[in-house]
This record gives sequence, structure tokens and C-alpha cells, in this order.
Amino acid sequence: MTREEIIKPENLVYKRTNLLVDRALSYCPGCGHGTVHRLVMETIEEMGIQAETIGIAPVGCAVLAYEFMDIDMQQAAHGRAPALATAVKRLMPEKYVFTYQGDGDLAAIGTAETIHACNRGENITIIFINNGIYGMTGGQMAPTTLPGMRASTCPYGRDTVTMGNPLKITELVATLPGTYYVTRQAVHTPGNVRKTKKAIRKAFENQKLKKGVSFVEVVSNCNSGWKMTPVASNQWMVDNMLPFYPLGDIKVPTE
Amino acid sequence: MMKELRLMKGNEAVAEAAIRAGADGYFGYPITPQSEILEYLMAERPFEKTGMVVLQAESEVAAINMVYGGASCGKKCITSSSSPGISLKMEGISYMAGAELPCVIVNVVRGGPGLGTIQPGQSDYFQATKGGGHGDYRMIVLAPASVQESADFVPLGFELAFKYRNPVMILTDGVIGQMMEKVELFEQRPRSTQEEIIKNSPWATTGKTPDRERNIITSLDLDSSKQEKHVIKLRDKFRKMEENEVRYETFQCEDAEYLLVAFGSSARICQKAVDIARAKGIKVGLIRPITLFPFPSKAISDLTTDKVKGILVVEMNLGQMIEDVKLAVGKGVKVEHYGRYGGIIPTPEETIEMLQQKIIGG
Repeated sequence: MTREEIIKPENLVYKRTNLLVDRALSYCPGCGHGTVHRLVMETIEEMGIQAETIGIAPVGCAVLAYEFMDIDMQQAAHGRAPALATAVKRLMPEKYVFTYQGDGDLAAIGTAETIHACNRGENITIIFINNGIYGMTGGQMAPTTLPGMRASTCPYGRDTVTMGNPLKITELVATLPGTYYVTRQAVHTPGNVRKTKKAIRKAFENQKLKKGVSFVEVVSNCNSGWKMTPVASNQWMVDNMLPFYPLGDIKVPTE
Repeated sequence: MMKELRLMKGNEAVAEAAIRAGADGYFGYPITPQSEILEYLMAERPFEKTGMVVLQAESEVAAINMVYGGASCGKKCITSSSSPGISLKMEGISYMAGAELPCVIVNVVRGGPGLGTIQPGQSDYFQATKGGGHGDYRMIVLAPASVQESADFVPLGFELAFKYRNPVMILTDGVIGQMMEKVELFEQRPRSTQEEIIKNSPWATTGKTPDRERNIITSLDLDSSKQEKHVIKLRDKFRKMEENEVRYETFQCEDAEYLLVAFGSSARICQKAVDIARAKGIKVGLIRPITLFPFPSKAISDLTTDKVKGILVVEMNLGQMIEDVKLAVGKGVKVEHYGRYGGIIPTPEETIEMLQQKIIGG
């Protein structure tokens, strides 16, 4: 089959969601952000809530998320997205509100905002991309960098004695009474993409129930920051990140 | 209809005015000497009366960013703090100026720097009028000198904030925040409906409907040429503020041979000083800037007639507004400073003594 035949509408089994703006993503080829962007937008399209959704973009690689998502969005100062989301949801409780944050944003500079928004049980969705490194600023150590893992500010590997331990912020927020649904997923295989999609859908639908925070961590690669090819970085993620950050639901609603 | 008279603290007047101005949200964090604002709002339960959201944030940083989130939705949001807390809010204020978001920030100033004292000060003048946060921005700064003005400047602040899509600061201090005075309260104004917000603030993130492009609130532009255009647009806006929003008051300046320049509680003290000095036969007048930005430079320059032999700038700081006064009057006019620090309030008698020492005899 030629390319022209493949892309005929009748042969397509999958298409770009209408809510993903038709422009080149600013992410490195092989990065998980593009996939997660698509999943969030697909969810909003399928739920028919484009006019009811306000997104909050972070600082870091996803700072330009608003360029790709065809919904109303706010760009937050570094780490402050949960504070913005708190106010948006409190002032417009009928809207769907989500933050989209990386590990530096959510688990370092924004730890206070993350923990307190979760602890207050704000009725929002938090999408957390964890690749264990600061991607945009060029590969420095993140709070989620693994022990022994190299980064530009821990060139000999993270020494937990002097640099502290990786922060499992997802497990941490799961202990808070304000969180309703906490899960950890990945997007490195089609099967994982489907599981992540389900988790994101559930996280958005939970807002109807007004039960508190839905927190979806997506463990992702950073092939540029890790200085690997996309394929090698995904394998490295499976071999090293996933044992430390195991996939699956951490807190599910009991009802 | 009779206006409502009450005896209130300056802080309480700010809180009551926020409810009556139709504010949608207050987000704050306790700090002396302004905690009564949050306490009053919590006690009044405005959510039941007007639907106004009041939330105690986990920090001043979170509070100003909640204001950012709310303002991005076109909502009228207000926060308050005192000096060290305002320093923490400066990140958010810079972002709001960059993203062109309206809000009202109340700074009940205490003596600094650092943790300083919990007693009143005016040492945040530079921070309020010259930036404070990073980047090229300005905000309108209103300096009340009474509990009445503390209340009145809240709706005025919102009006100016939305007119220019820019943060507005009410720069008051621990004297005005804590003292009780008679205040005539304005009638309850309705909060804006969602339809009014969509009509009046078409830029707001209210949910993308098919009839318009998506709304994006951001202060980021990685393209330098676009960023420069944005900064120029902001500059033009700040110039419009300078053209249109200068506010000041004068007392007995018509025949004055000496001028006092003071704002806020210092101006209240100077008003008394003028009366005492006049009784002694010293022809003194007072200029009180109400907007610290835009600064009433032209008014001060115009009032510095040939008769004026000198100017004493009275502030509860080491000398901050005096720089703007000197720029306004140019060279050739003696401009001196009288300040008290660390929470000490100047007296009218001291002020006259300083006028005699530094200006008349100096």
C-alpha cells in the first residue's frame, strides 16, 4: 500500500484529535509529551467539554502547552499551577480544570502548591509528567532523579547522601485525604497509552463527582536530557525508572 | 437612600469594601498588621451573601497566584498582605503585569527590611512604585490617608485595574490599617454575571466557545521581536496612566512659602503640622500624592512657585518618595527629608521642628 492509499480517510484507524492544534510540537522527537497532550485533548473532545475546560500550563518543556491545545489556557509561574487551578475551580465550579506539570514544576519549586491543593481536595485534575530530569533547562537534576542517575548538576550520578533521595510525590499526595484518585501510568507502548488514556478520562470524569483531586502521573522518557536515542531511553525507563516508580493505581475511590 | 455609617478599622473597611465592590474572590495569608482583612471576610461569610469566594492560601505566593488564576477568568480578585508578604507576592505581580491581568493588592506596610517590625512604616514606596518584581512594569499605586479612603479605594482600584488590565496596589500602612474611624460605606454593588464578564473581558479564559479563538493568558513570548512589541505596548499603557490617573490633594498651598510633601499616614500628621505652623505664622502648605504611581510630578512642580523657599518631604522611611519630588522640582529648590523608621511615627511638632532646622534655618 502506498502512503497516499494509507492516508485515505477510509483507511484511517486513528486520527489527530480536532482539539490538538495543527502545528509542529516544540518537543524533542521521541518525547512522551506529545502523546500525553493528544490523550488529554482526545479526552476533552470525547467528553464534549471544550467550552467547559480551562487548562493551566507549567514552566518547563510544557510551558507552551497552550500553543498546542485548542482550549482556553493560562500559563502559570514556575510551580504555581495548582494555586491558579484552585482559584479557577472555586470561581467557576461548573468548569473542568486541569494542570499539566513536569517534575521540576510539581515536585520541586511547586511542592507547597501541589501538596496544599491536594490536601484541600480541590476538585481538579493534575497531569504530572515525570521524566526524572529538568528537560527544558538542559538536563539538570530533578527531585525525581534516580539514585546514581547522571544529570548536568550531578555529573557523577545522584549521590543521595549529599543530594537527597528521589521524591515519590505521587505516593506522598496519595496519603492526603483531599486526593480522590491517584495513579501512575506511562506512554511508551500502545498498551500503556491506552491505560493512560483511561486514567485521564477517569480523572476528568471525577470532576463531576466533586470528590477532590485526581492525580495522574505519567512516567516518561527524556531522550535529550538522558542523552539517549528515543528507543534506548524508553528501554532505560523500563529498566530503571519503572522499578522505582511502579505503574498502576495508587489510590482508587472506595465507593 | 442613606449611606451606612460605621466605626471601623482601616483593615475592616478594606474587607467590607471588597464585598460591597462586588469582588469575586479574596485570597490571602495572615500577616500582622493586616490579618483583620482575612478575619473579617471569614467572619462575614460573603459567600452566602454575594457568592464571593474567600480562601486562606498556604502562602502569600499561592495567594497571589490564586488571584492570577481568578483574574485570568475575568473575575474581580483581591489579596492583601504586609511588607514581607508583599515581597513574596512580587513574583505573581510581575507575572500579572506581564500577562495584563487586573487585580487589587493591598499592602498594609510595616517597618522593614526583612522581618522588621509589626509597627507601621512607609518603606515599601520603592517596591510599590519602581517595580518590586522583575521586568519592565508599573502598577497604579493608591495611597489612602484615612479609613474612608481605605474603603473607597477598593472599588476605585478595581475600576482602574480593569480599565488598564493591570494590577493596582493600595499602599496603606499599619497606622491606617489598625486605627478606627468613621466610615461612610457605599451600597452593595452586584458581582458581574458570567455574561457580563464574557462581554467586558473578551480576553478572559472562560471556556473556548465555537464563536471565538482560544484565549491564552501568558507572559511568555520566546520570540524577542514579539516580546519587544509587548513591552512597548505595556509602556504605552503606563504612559496613559501617567496622562490620565494622577491624583493628589493640597492643603493651604496658595500662599505657601514652604511645602510639605507626604503621603498616607504621614500626610495626616503633616496636615496637623500645617495647622500648628500656620498658628505660629509660618506659611506652610501640604501636597499629598494620592497616586504614588503615576506620581503628581507636574502638580508639585506647578505648586513650587517663586514664593516657595523650600520643601520638606516627610516619610516613614529613609527617603524614598523624596527622589520623585526632587525629579519633579528640578535643581535650585531646597528639598530635604524628614523620616522616622522601624515603626516610629513622626509627630506634627517634630515635623515643624525639622522644617525650621532643615529648611527655614538651614
